[in-house]
Amino acid sequence: MKFIFKFFEPNKVFLITSKAPKYVMALFMIVISIGLLEALIFSPEDYKQSHSVRIMYVHVPAAWISLGIFSSMTLLSLSGYIFKNKNFFLIAKSLAPSGLVFNIIALVTGSIWGKPTWGTWWAWDARITSMLILALFYLMYLVAWRIYENKDYVLKITTMIALMGIINVPIIKYSVEWWSTLHQPASITLLSKSSIHSSMLFPLLIMTAAFALFSLLIFLMKYNTELIKIKNKGLDRL
Amino acid sequence: MYGRKVKLRFLFIILILFSLILSTFLILKSLEENVVYFQSPSDIKLLEEFRDKKIRVGGMVKENSIKVSSEKINFIITDFKNEINVVYSGVIPNLFSEGKGVVAEGYLKDRSFFKATKILAKHDENYMPPEVKAILEEK
Repeated sequence: MKFIFKFFEPNKVFLITSKAPKYVMALFMIVISIGLLEALIFSPEDYKQSHSVRIMYVHVPAAWISLGIFSSMTLLSLSGYIFKNKNFFLIAKSLAPSGLVFNIIALVTGSIWGKPTWGTWWAWDARITSMLILALFYLMYLVAWRIYENKDYVLKITTMIALMGIINVPIIKYSVEWWSTLHQPASITLLSKSSIHSSMLFPLLIMTAAFALFSLLIFLMKYNTELIKIKNKGLDRL
Repeated sequence: MYGRKVKLRFLFIILILFSLILSTFLILKSLEENVVYFQSPSDIKLLEEFRDKKIRVGGMVKENSIKVSSEKINFIITDFKNEINVVYSGVIPNLFSEGKGVVAEGYLKDRSFFKATKILAKHDENYMPPEVKAILEEK
């Protein structure tokens, strides 16, 4: 385990984080161009909702990414707390902003899709409400970092917020199965065949890759800033 | 392999996580009535008190049940066990159609008659191009 931590040493990582963003940016531009072309032009319209299905290509990847990022943040914070490794906390902190942005994108695009399809902008059903709660946890997490930036206990507070928020993640995932909701159940599951036609699944996956790259880009830039802050404090180790 | 402190911290996290899950579960269990967005016609049959209380009924719009007149629209919501008659006047979402999911918000007049104040169409999890749908229907 000690051996693995060595790879995360700031001096080595700084070399990567200061150079990688431009390559990730280039890759992101390529993938998002393909994704948007596929999603907005080449993919077919839906038999029932016609062109409003195109909102899904932004909505679903954004929701996936925001859930994935919160889960990783919690895992990192907990590992950081258990193994007393401050670097893990900084990685979690740098991941949070893009997670929040994608969470908000998922809520807003869902609302825009809901109006023509369901007939309402907002419904207090289990899926939508739990997604809003996740956004609040993201906010709490980021605000806590901002307020207690220079205090020692900032690590404990943010870990606790992540730990409380992670309970919500499986609730979001299974809300559509446990309770009757206005939101439709999952179309893509690991075990059964997807109920999204392959011509629509392809742009969905490309867009997911594009959003993941965007998160990586923002993460690298944020993390780079954190490492510079450490360097400026004159510390060569955490 | 790991120090005693590491093990203790791990145990601490597990305990917190366990109690958080347990308390969330109990809270959601007791709030179940409010967490569900709508009730099925079968749930409505079992309701004891329903007068003057806004509720939502959800299910499928029964085939050949939509009757449109100048002022109002009548249709039947079914869950394939029980049915409920709905009357509504107002804006109808585009996706509202026979054999598809619907959620009606409003008041129960009696156990099988519902006066809706708002209609929402429920979309299912199937996405496909029109051509594929046509092929599926031919089969």
